[in-house]
Amino acid sequence: MSSSRIAEHVRNIPRSGIRDFFEIVQSMKEVISLGIGEPDFVTPWHIREAAIYSLEKGKTGYTSNLGSPRLRRAIAKYVEQYFAVEYNPHDEIIVTVGVSEAIDLALRSLINPGDEVLYHEPCYVSYSPSIQLAGGVPVAVATRAKDEFSLRASDLEKVVTKRTRVLMLNFPTNPTGAVMPLEELKKIAAFAVKHDLVVLTDEIYSELTYDEVPHHSIAALPGMKERTLFLHGFSKAFAMTGWRIGYACGPADIIEAMMKIHQYSMLCASIMSQEAACEALERGQRAIERMKEEYRLRRNFIVSSLNEAGIPCHLPKGAFYVFPDIRGTGLSSKDFSLKLLDAKKVAVVPGTAFGPSGEGYVRCSYATGMNQIKLACQLIADFVKK
Amino acid sequence: MDSLIRILKQNSAIPRADLARQIGLSEDDLAAKIVKLETNGTILGYHAVINREKWDTDAVTAVIEVRVTPEREGGFDRIANRIAGFEEVQSVYLMSGGHDLMVVVEGSNLREVASFVADKLSTIEAVQSCATHFRLKTYKENGILHAVEEAPERLAVSP
Repeated sequence: MSSSRIAEHVRNIPRSGIRDFFEIVQSMKEVISLGIGEPDFVTPWHIREAAIYSLEKGKTGYTSNLGSPRLRRAIAKYVEQYFAVEYNPHDEIIVTVGVSEAIDLALRSLINPGDEVLYHEPCYVSYSPSIQLAGGVPVAVATRAKDEFSLRASDLEKVVTKRTRVLMLNFPTNPTGAVMPLEELKKIAAFAVKHDLVVLTDEIYSELTYDEVPHHSIAALPGMKERTLFLHGFSKAFAMTGWRIGYACGPADIIEAMMKIHQYSMLCASIMSQEAACEALERGQRAIERMKEEYRLRRNFIVSSLNEAGIPCHLPKGAFYVFPDIRGTGLSSKDFSLKLLDAKKVAVVPGTAFGPSGEGYVRCSYATGMNQIKLACQLIADFVKK
Repeated sequence: MDSLIRILKQNSAIPRADLARQIGLSEDDLAAKIVKLETNGTILGYHAVINREKWDTDAVTAVIEVRVTPEREGGFDRIANRIAGFEEVQSVYLMSGGHDLMVVVEGSNLREVASFVADKLSTIEAVQSCATHFRLKTYKENGILHAVEEAPERLAVSP
């Protein structure tokens, strides 16, 4: 079969670096993986139980395209309580199949061919391809280790053009665990206003900040609600990755546009997941706190162990990743990861899977059991010694 | 301090070196903190949670609802402490509701528990009545599930 029957804009999307790596790891046995970007916790029982109950009651149909009214009301209440932004559940909220769908809908709703989209890097693997698939031009802005990988407005100023339409943010960040200090976030907001940009803020890790670092959403800053799409979901904080459920909140005209695409492609998110999501928002805080405290302790352990092994690693304030600097080994990110896997059967993800500016770093996820983390740290220390 | 107690409450057997790293203390400082909690009576003891289907399968546990006549001076405390002093008694709680004390008793067989209730507990003067319930099976104890769930499969690497 010739590859030419695949549409050009799809052919042009490079294969995900993480996928190559995944296939190598998958072919090996007994690998200790710090490469997993999802919680090791099972969804809290009360949420699973609520979903089972909804099936027992026979809730198996479609919901409104925007998502069930009950869930939209619960989302509005939650976002107001924890993020201090008010949205009208009637026309400013859409329930999606994970934040991934929300990002895709948002980009497709906002981008005309050739429009430029700014995003910070290293970042989640889907941003650049999603922008390209929507016909946009991805413009990456590298963040720096010395800023703990938070974004600087001055760097955005260097690359903004007349074609720039959208700015994408993701704090806390996958893969660096970076958070945005409020003062810097205000500068970013001013930048977005100055250049009349729409901001997509992917807040999927926002509940997971540590050391009493408060999370600030750019949507809550003065003048930002009208130009911001607040994207969030249940995967990380509620340990619900496989339920594929998320949402977008924003100005009614953009939500309406996103709904147009959503109704013809997805119709609605799965009703079982929507029922589970209601339960998560209404009674999930206790479980979040328990998991978050566990992540915090593991983070402290892994950062201390890696630094002691001679791999400089800053203490990230959010998400469940550390992003150590492996340049001291003289290896590239990819070689480090491959050799570590080969020699010690420990999987970490090369920083370059998250963009070229991830070179010199690897991502280690601490969303895995303490015993595994401890063993992996010992093996990494052995590996570095040689 | 809160997270230290919380961790020990969940797993007191955690290696102290790991614990020190997790909460960001030196091992010496951690040891000093734990000794302080032990000496000031915050931490009273440490236990293993045993699966009774694997060990000591004949042992019997009973929960006994006890109604007592409180004393003019001392209320329930003296009588509760008197009951608590027996070796067979694992726990004693003062309860609201239809009875006063809930007493958890363990014995190596049924006869032992029965004899404790008949000879010791119910013969205490202030004890008005005892309702004894025997444990049939344990599902969860001290926050730990007894049926070990198999870990669900996860992808080896994911974004």
